[in-house]
Amino acid sequence: MADLAVRTKDQTPSIEGAPKPAGALDARLAALNLPQGGFAAARQDAAARLREMGLPGPRDEYWRYTDPRRFNAPAPAALPIPQADETPLFDGLDKLTLVFVDGAFDKAASDDLALQGVEIATLAQADAGKGWAGDLYGVLEARGQKPVKRPFAALNTAYARDGLLIRVTATPAKPIHVVHRRGTTDADAMWHHVIRIERGAELTLLETGMSGARSNSVIEVDVAEGGTFHHVASKRAADPRVGIGHIFARVAAQAQFKSFALSVNGTTMRNETVIDIAGDDAVAHVAAAVLGDGERAPFHHDDTVFITHGAERCESRQVFKKVLKNGATGVFQGKILVRPGAQKTDGYQISQALLLDERSQFLAKPELEIYADDVKCSHGSTTGAIDDEALFYLRSRGVPRERAIVFLVLSFLADALAEVEDDGIRDRIYERLDVWLTLNAVQ
Amino acid sequence: MLKIDNLHVKLEEEDKQILKGLSLEVPAGQVHAIMGPNGSGKSTLSYVLSGRDGYDVTEGSASLDGESLLDMEPEERAAAGLFLAFQYPVEIPGVGNMTFLRTAVNAQRKARGQDELSSGDFLKLVRAKAAELQISPDMLKRPVNVGFSGGEKKRNEILQMAMLEPRMCIMDETDSGLDVDAMRLVSDGVNALRSPDRSFLVITHYQRLLNHIQPDVVHIMADGRIVKSGGPELALQVEQEGYGDLLSEAR
Repeated sequence: MADLAVRTKDQTPSIEGAPKPAGALDARLAALNLPQGGFAAARQDAAARLREMGLPGPRDEYWRYTDPRRFNAPAPAALPIPQADETPLFDGLDKLTLVFVDGAFDKAASDDLALQGVEIATLAQADAGKGWAGDLYGVLEARGQKPVKRPFAALNTAYARDGLLIRVTATPAKPIHVVHRRGTTDADAMWHHVIRIERGAELTLLETGMSGARSNSVIEVDVAEGGTFHHVASKRAADPRVGIGHIFARVAAQAQFKSFALSVNGTTMRNETVIDIAGDDAVAHVAAAVLGDGERAPFHHDDTVFITHGAERCESRQVFKKVLKNGATGVFQGKILVRPGAQKTDGYQISQALLLDERSQFLAKPELEIYADDVKCSHGSTTGAIDDEALFYLRSRGVPRERAIVFLVLSFLADALAEVEDDGIRDRIYERLDVWLTLNAVQ
Repeated sequence: MLKIDNLHVKLEEEDKQILKGLSLEVPAGQVHAIMGPNGSGKSTLSYVLSGRDGYDVTEGSASLDGESLLDMEPEERAAAGLFLAFQYPVEIPGVGNMTFLRTAVNAQRKARGQDELSSGDFLKLVRAKAAELQISPDMLKRPVNVGFSGGEKKRNEILQMAMLEPRMCIMDETDSGLDVDAMRLVSDGVNALRSPDRSFLVITHYQRLLNHIQPDVVHIMADGRIVKSGGPELALQVEQEGYGDLLSEAR
């Protein structure tokens, strides 16, 4: 990996080519109605933007590695609902638990919406969209449509039925845990969270499980000066799923945004993270650890990241690790854009795949676009197999081969896991990964 | 203990013969040293005995306590009592030294039908042995060999040896990259493990390690074979005269 300061032409144009036949979009929207009530103006605006940009097609550069058809289809294919077969990842941790079933808030299954220092409401129950949430809903999403179009995020802003509106005025004593559950076999779940971290406050948001046979989620996060937002998401082994998720974040001066996602198996997933570093001395970290096994169902996992540095002395890190086998496909599209004047930027990006067989593949497109002259940006991408020497070393000490491979997979993922700051949460993820790997989730 | 008979080995990928009829016997409780010029096959011997991939045994045998080693997986050889101290111990980021060691100890115990050590017993044992080798608690917590100096890596190898209590220890140029103090620590660690039912095969380029770990027998290896065996004085002769005379004499 070399330190680079390269100016590249914009290689991520907006949706290109002739406008899509309106029929495809109409068919996609046929089963949807614009929800009445809150955020009507933002929803109508998003619907109009979606109409203008249309759905992505096979020739769209931004969708070169991931076929959008499953997201374009009018309805999802039904998927069986797996039986819960293990203790939920964050059980036993002191937290506020909020349950969503197929993207709709389940009040009965959730804790009361009460947490010291935090205002929590649900999108479905929100009033006409006044106040802080009204200033935010769909706003970061709309800003995130340039320079690349993200039609499924606009679709979400227009049609999402539920989600959380969270405003953090003072750091709460415990994290919020959003638990997603499946309700029916063919639900098309769409939810949208809006989060505002006020000056100097801090929140950890945990998310586990999946909603719907197909899901479309958007999280808009606005972190005010000196605030901190931690997001730790885990999608577990037994959930077959098709989903697209977007996180749009705006990070003010001296604020921090840190997200980590663990994803194990599934079918087709695309996660887009769009971060606007807007204030000086801010920090944004995005990381993911992905285990994909294509044996039972085709596995395709796409992480697409776009970080814009618009202020001085800011740091961004992207750490993506994918372990792939049985014909699994991993995708990484990561971009760092440094705007004119964003001096002393420190941008780092690494994407790596560990291929456990020769049938799996990793497609990576790292990009740097830099318009400031005093910056440090580096990117690297590697694809490799299990290191024979390390495997022999472990086995020569008596560690059985299967266990040695678990060690080496954990070793490969370590840099991504290190991005989880909380020791207790990270330890739980390690333990769970160990169990999953030992149960042959990936070997 | 260890018996190697007429061992012929070639590299799998290229048709290159490395060991050409090597025979050697290390009785229980003895320390044997192997010296030889670069390319004589010393490291290959240690890898073949411990089961690394990439080598083809075309003829001959190697056994530990009468049990053939060559058909066993590396982990089975370890459980049978074989240990290789690596010339270049491998760094494994993200895996704690202690976790790795406990997994190894208990995997071997399980393979031998013994009860696994409890966390408490293991901790007590590893702390005591680490202290003898001047390995700090911090080194035990760090990922395997990551950020360790050359000397620390070799001491870590000896710690593994002390915890796993193998019957047959092969040491592949353990002295390479060690300063005088580290060499003394490592040697003291090895000497503390010497016992009537444990044997050592010490591969080295230099006589100086053998001042600390005194061998019963010294073998000179060249071109894939043992060409001469003798007492500790043979190592001194190599140190003073080089291999030239010994090798031409053997031819």
